[in-house]
Amino acid sequence: MKSLNFLVAGVGGQGTLLASDILAEVGMRAGYDAKKSDVLGLAIRGGSVLSHVRWGDHVASPVVRRGQMDFMLAFEPLEAIRGAELMRPTGTIVCNTQPVVPISVSSGDETYPERADIESALSATASVVQYIDATREAVRVGNVKTTNVIMLGAFSAFLDIAADIWEDVVLLRVPARFVDLNRVAFRAGRSLVEEGVKQ
Amino acid sequence: MKKLLSGNEAIARGAYEAGVQIATGYPGTPSSEILETIAKQYAEEIYAEWSTNEKVAMDSAAGAAYSGRRTLVTTKQVGMNVLSDALLYTVYTGVEAGLVIVTADDPGMFSSQNEQDNRWYARLAKIPLLEPADSQEAKDFVVLAFEISERFDTPVLIRTTMRTSHSKSVVIEGARGDAPDKVGLFPRKQEKYVCTAMWAKKRHPVIEQRLVEMAGYAEEAPVNSLEWGDRSIGIVTSGVTYTYAREVFPEASFLKLGMTYPLPRRMIREFAAGVNRVVVVEELDPFLEEQIRAMGIRVTGKDAFPPYDELLPDTLAELSVKAGLVTGEKASLAQVALVPAGLPPRTPVLCAGCPHRSSYYWLSQMKIPVAGDIGCYNLGCLPPFNAQHTMGCMGASVGVLHGMSIAGMPEQAVATIGDSTFFHSGMPALVNMVHNRSRGVTILMDNGTTAMTGHQDHPGTAWSLHESEAPHIAIEPLVRAMGVEKVITVNAFDVKQVKEGLDECLAFDGPAVLITRGLCAQIMKPSTVPYAVEQDKCIACGTCFKLGCPAIVKSDVMVENTGRAKAAIDSTLCVGCDMCLQVCPVQAIQPRIETEGRTEK
Repeated sequence: MKSLNFLVAGVGGQGTLLASDILAEVGMRAGYDAKKSDVLGLAIRGGSVLSHVRWGDHVASPVVRRGQMDFMLAFEPLEAIRGAELMRPTGTIVCNTQPVVPISVSSGDETYPERADIESALSATASVVQYIDATREAVRVGNVKTTNVIMLGAFSAFLDIAADIWEDVVLLRVPARFVDLNRVAFRAGRSLVEEGVKQ
Repeated sequence: MKKLLSGNEAIARGAYEAGVQIATGYPGTPSSEILETIAKQYAEEIYAEWSTNEKVAMDSAAGAAYSGRRTLVTTKQVGMNVLSDALLYTVYTGVEAGLVIVTADDPGMFSSQNEQDNRWYARLAKIPLLEPADSQEAKDFVVLAFEISERFDTPVLIRTTMRTSHSKSVVIEGARGDAPDKVGLFPRKQEKYVCTAMWAKKRHPVIEQRLVEMAGYAEEAPVNSLEWGDRSIGIVTSGVTYTYAREVFPEASFLKLGMTYPLPRRMIREFAAGVNRVVVVEELDPFLEEQIRAMGIRVTGKDAFPPYDELLPDTLAELSVKAGLVTGEKASLAQVALVPAGLPPRTPVLCAGCPHRSSYYWLSQMKIPVAGDIGCYNLGCLPPFNAQHTMGCMGASVGVLHGMSIAGMPEQAVATIGDSTFFHSGMPALVNMVHNRSRGVTILMDNGTTAMTGHQDHPGTAWSLHESEAPHIAIEPLVRAMGVEKVITVNAFDVKQVKEGLDECLAFDGPAVLITRGLCAQIMKPSTVPYAVEQDKCIACGTCFKLGCPAIVKSDVMVENTGRAKAAIDSTLCVGCDMCLQVCPVQAIQPRIETEGRTEK
């Protein structure tokens, strides 16, 4: 089996840890050995969160080396650039377009990168970059907290793993009363990419 | 069944499978999830508690293990220092049922005040040490540790790191092990369990003999293995570092040590004789290296790799190239140049609605020296407050304040300590201030939880890890009973009240305690609507910025004559704690009117 490395990048509170748990578990269900490791900043909330996820026949290190990430799910554009140096040049990035402005910017001390700079940095480090407004889509399906599941749905369209496996794992990991909402969110995310590809 | 578990979840599972019945500890990253998992998933089989501190956890564990229950103790690496006094007598006493301590170390210092390597404790205490490399091993090693503990009548230390504790990997689960329904009468073995000198003196040779026997066991231990590959380089390693080294040296020979004290010397000699060059790959201190060098074996170790920080695969590869251990490594820095440098950081701040904010707002302006402590309130040392001048360990603040006082410092001083930290180790220091008649104000920030490690209970809360309701120990009467004459309790969300309380305490000639009460913003469900700045009224004085609230931001609107930005409030972050309204000199901040609702940014 091919080994694959994933980076899940975002901001504390966006549900990236759950997303990376799900991604690792999907790999395990699909027959891979799987490992994941989180690199959390000092902040409990609002800090940068990077998770490494690995699938393979036998995975040794839970931490991926620079230049070896095949995929990045970026929940936030600034965090996407922060993670870009880890990408393999042949890799794919799926990036949510909604910024979460850090305190250093809202306090007026720093400036948030321009959209054009974000796009050129991501295009320079990966061969495929797919932008989606996952936050807006989450609001549209009924709850901004489903942003992570929208992202997973969109990302699932890039991998050759049956959608059933994805949905099973996602729905097992969300609270029972949110199962229907998350099913809708997962499918909405997936069709964002599938329809985008058709166009 | 196959499951994806974190190292900490796997340790909890290991405790279940080992037939553990008692688990104690004090919260501390990266160890906290072990007891939380036990309480959540194995509460029927295992009694779990947050003890008031690590030493209490260890003493309690000793009592339970003497009584015949298999017992697990968990701590973060610095908690081991608190625990160690109790550990060192259990080394002499041994146990009736297995006793295992898990220390979760923090190379890279993700949430600790130091980077100590707790493997030394095994050598100091002369007890066996196990180091798992992934979650499967974390689970299996717990089961093995209990077998070793009972076989050699000794406490056993398991050392993880943040990376093993928090990474997830596949675990094959086993069944629950045997555990007694009831225990019998307490064993009356005074010469074993009373560490008075006359008996302890006779126990010491027993410990030394035990160590020799355990070294023999290490040669056969199923967790130590020789993995022969290319013989030009032989890597000796342990823990998660093994997995990094496997990435960087895929062809090399490995001596993988799961049991790292006492060492299997015969095995090490055989390995060293079988390879051209021995390389010891370990994070932090040269724990293995020094022992192997002392055997007269030449190794490469800390001359190539630093004794600080994590030794992640990239670092290991770069340094291995430098040391000539690896050739043909492709530089992985190509992508770095393609990414813009100097990205805006996401720095930690006190949450919107944090009750600690009012204290640091005043301390910052009063420019008083502040002895700080371990907890979220440590963020008081950062801008815009810069209002904390020492911070060392749990409970240190009150003792340091006392020291400042007896040193005859020519200014007033303050200690800041949280409720959980006060119960942990602040209490003896406050009693000491009373007893030795020093002066200074202790601000006891009572937010009703152990916030920083994930909102665990403590004796001042009304619940415990194993019960939905627990006796609530009120802090004010407790402090009074300690003999503190000046005790004032204020509402932490009332900014003026906090200042008045602080002034009154500072004026008192003796030890004084200001209790600032207000629930942690993460456990209090805010009921008020977010606030907003009326831009017409705002004079851009900057007073509200001094609160360091993440919801208060600089707007694009400038005041012409000063060029300063007016304030705005991010309605998605604001929880309506009211502090900014209280400090605004021109009443420009008001709750949002209902009709306005929560607007999208």
